[in-house]
Amino acid sequence: MGGLDLVEIHNVELNGGEIIVECLKKEGVEHVFGYPGGAVLHIYDAIFNQDDVKHILVRHEQGAAHAADGYARTTGKPGVVLVTSGPGATNAVTGIATAYMDSVPMVVITGQVPSPVIGSDAFQEVDTVGITRPCVKHNFLVKDVNDLAETFKKAFYIATTGRPGPVVIDVPKDITSPWIKVPFKYPTKIKMRSYNPTTKGHVGQIKRAVKMMLAAKRPVFYTGGGVVLDGAAAELTKLAQRLNFPLTSTLMGLGGYPATDKQFLGMLGMHGTYEANMAMHGTDVLIAVGARFDDRITGNVERFCPDAKIIHIDIDPSSISKNVRVDIPIVGSVKSVLQSMNDVLADVEIDHKPELIDGWWKDIEEWRARECLKYSTKSKKIMPQAAIESLYNVTNGNAIVCSDVGQHQMFVAQFYKFDRPNRWANSGGLGTMGFGLPAAMGAQIANPDDEVVLVTGDASIQMCIQELSTCMQYGLPLKIILLNNGYMGMVRQWQEFFYEKRYSESIVEAQPDFIKLVESYGHIGMTVSDPAELDSTMEKAFAMKDRLVLINVLIDPESNVYPMIEAGKGHNEMYMPPESELV
Amino acid sequence: MRHIISILMENEAGALSRVAGLFSARGYNIESLTVSPTEDKTLSRMTLVTWGNNEIIEQITKQLNKLIEVVKLIDLAEGKHIERELMMIKLKAEGDHREEVKRLVDIFRGKIIDVSDNSYVVEMTGATSKLDAFVDTVANELIVEVVRTGPSAISRGIGGLHL
Repeated sequence: MGGLDLVEIHNVELNGGEIIVECLKKEGVEHVFGYPGGAVLHIYDAIFNQDDVKHILVRHEQGAAHAADGYARTTGKPGVVLVTSGPGATNAVTGIATAYMDSVPMVVITGQVPSPVIGSDAFQEVDTVGITRPCVKHNFLVKDVNDLAETFKKAFYIATTGRPGPVVIDVPKDITSPWIKVPFKYPTKIKMRSYNPTTKGHVGQIKRAVKMMLAAKRPVFYTGGGVVLDGAAAELTKLAQRLNFPLTSTLMGLGGYPATDKQFLGMLGMHGTYEANMAMHGTDVLIAVGARFDDRITGNVERFCPDAKIIHIDIDPSSISKNVRVDIPIVGSVKSVLQSMNDVLADVEIDHKPELIDGWWKDIEEWRARECLKYSTKSKKIMPQAAIESLYNVTNGNAIVCSDVGQHQMFVAQFYKFDRPNRWANSGGLGTMGFGLPAAMGAQIANPDDEVVLVTGDASIQMCIQELSTCMQYGLPLKIILLNNGYMGMVRQWQEFFYEKRYSESIVEAQPDFIKLVESYGHIGMTVSDPAELDSTMEKAFAMKDRLVLINVLIDPESNVYPMIEAGKGHNEMYMPPESELV
Repeated sequence: MRHIISILMENEAGALSRVAGLFSARGYNIESLTVSPTEDKTLSRMTLVTWGNNEIIEQITKQLNKLIEVVKLIDLAEGKHIERELMMIKLKAEGDHREEVKRLVDIFRGKIIDVSDNSYVVEMTGATSKLDAFVDTVANELIVEVVRTGPSAISRGIGGLHL
């Protein structure tokens, strides 16, 4: 379905398995996360015979997909997964859906039963293309070994361009047969008539937007994962600082603008800061950049930004005016559009009155003065917020942090101030518990010289805990901060607020001994329960540079994430921490 | 409002299920869907009838455009267009009914394309509303079966949906 440019011809004949490995090399893939099985044995044989593409053997295919995802989120390069047919593919689906919801570039190679038996309910057969169709950017079933190379080229092209996402390539076993050899040709460039993402924004729209921004009295930038995915942090920072506008970010966008900068208001939305949400409620010009107006951000769309004109920059036209009507849509790559805006503003003739927003900053400073993230210090137990602050201090804010899903995830978003992009990996859209450990593993493999931290909970970590074994095999010195409250904390919090404390099935009554557990995998475990020993325990753990250390932090079990906007409420209707707790 | 969306897409296995899957996954309405190859063997043309308010139709066209195999599409409701649907309807035709049905078919400018001693098969083309009218007019107890293609549609004038 596409045209090929500049075909590179190698005078070699290769079999399907070898072609796949060669394609990966051509795409610059260094690591593949996978698990062997019947339908991919030929591919594994080709992997065995070379050293360029390193295979990381996980313990469960879900772990492979999350690891590739963590790899991608912390490098910007596509993650690659290789799993077998049937259960191999279905186990990977949660990881594929996770990547899809957060627009993470990924190429997933799944084995399939041999072409002649497809449809006969063969051993380990599932309709992988059918099962994954709703949770991939695109998928392919390869029907001819001669199509393999072009399919791989297309898969990487689709996964990494436009709005990125996972692409599945389903490869029947006969396609990789060692006995069928064909000439290997890898296209250096590809053009597809049906896929041409718009990257350059409309010049007229950009000018209109800049004019609207300059006239704003209460502007705010609302930035999302698109800034991180597109590598647009520098352009965003330049634009925001040139205009002195406040910024707030979604969970996915954290790191897209330095969180320690005074213009940054923190995260917005359901567990966003008071100042960010009040700014959203009061703004007259909202500039949404690579964000998709998710329900966790908007709350009740009827009450969302009631006074605002909205400018929306996004690479995906279907994200624009999907949930909230916008006034100036700009379809294009975030990086390119922000750059164009900077160029427009560089014009000396431009009429910019910085004092227009002085009053707005005064309002914001008043909201800030409420210190909405303040937490109780009278507990004799460790507060989860204090644990994240301690982590921030011991890592000097420089770690790559991965998380699972729940209260601990929100505490990281609120208290770990990411100053750079690609330093934060978590499942935002799908909210996949079990994401954290394998993602951290992938992040550590991609960034061997960085400190990689997993912040998790006692419920989440058990969903993919088998990957501790993978971490041992590859000597990955992760630091795991396990915020242990004996509950599914976020579920318990909702039950406390909305179900009169009926803690239905949110108490984990039989917990493993996490220290013995990590030790049995060959790692080191420490428990800390005394607030006075929190910092020293962290320091001790982080001093062990080449070992995986799990710190089992016994936290105040019923602490809640504040502020909170109940689903369906407006941004100015936040639950704040009870005053009584803040003594 | 009712919209007819015409889609040119890559003639590949699975393309149809991507469109159908999109509609069910996102909860869009689908009234009818027809698909067949075009003069260019690599392309299929799909005609899809749906309904919804402007926001929903905008999302439908955007989401369809996002499918990798969709090359081009047009919402025919945005301009002047012609639509035709083919129906084959099998009717009981015995005794007095034989003449009565024949007259009705003539009024609707249909054709009887199969005759047996107790039945007719009637072929009729036209806009969906005309076929509906015929079905409503024929006495219900005479209808044996109804087969309809769903509408195909094309814009008026020289402009068209092509590459």
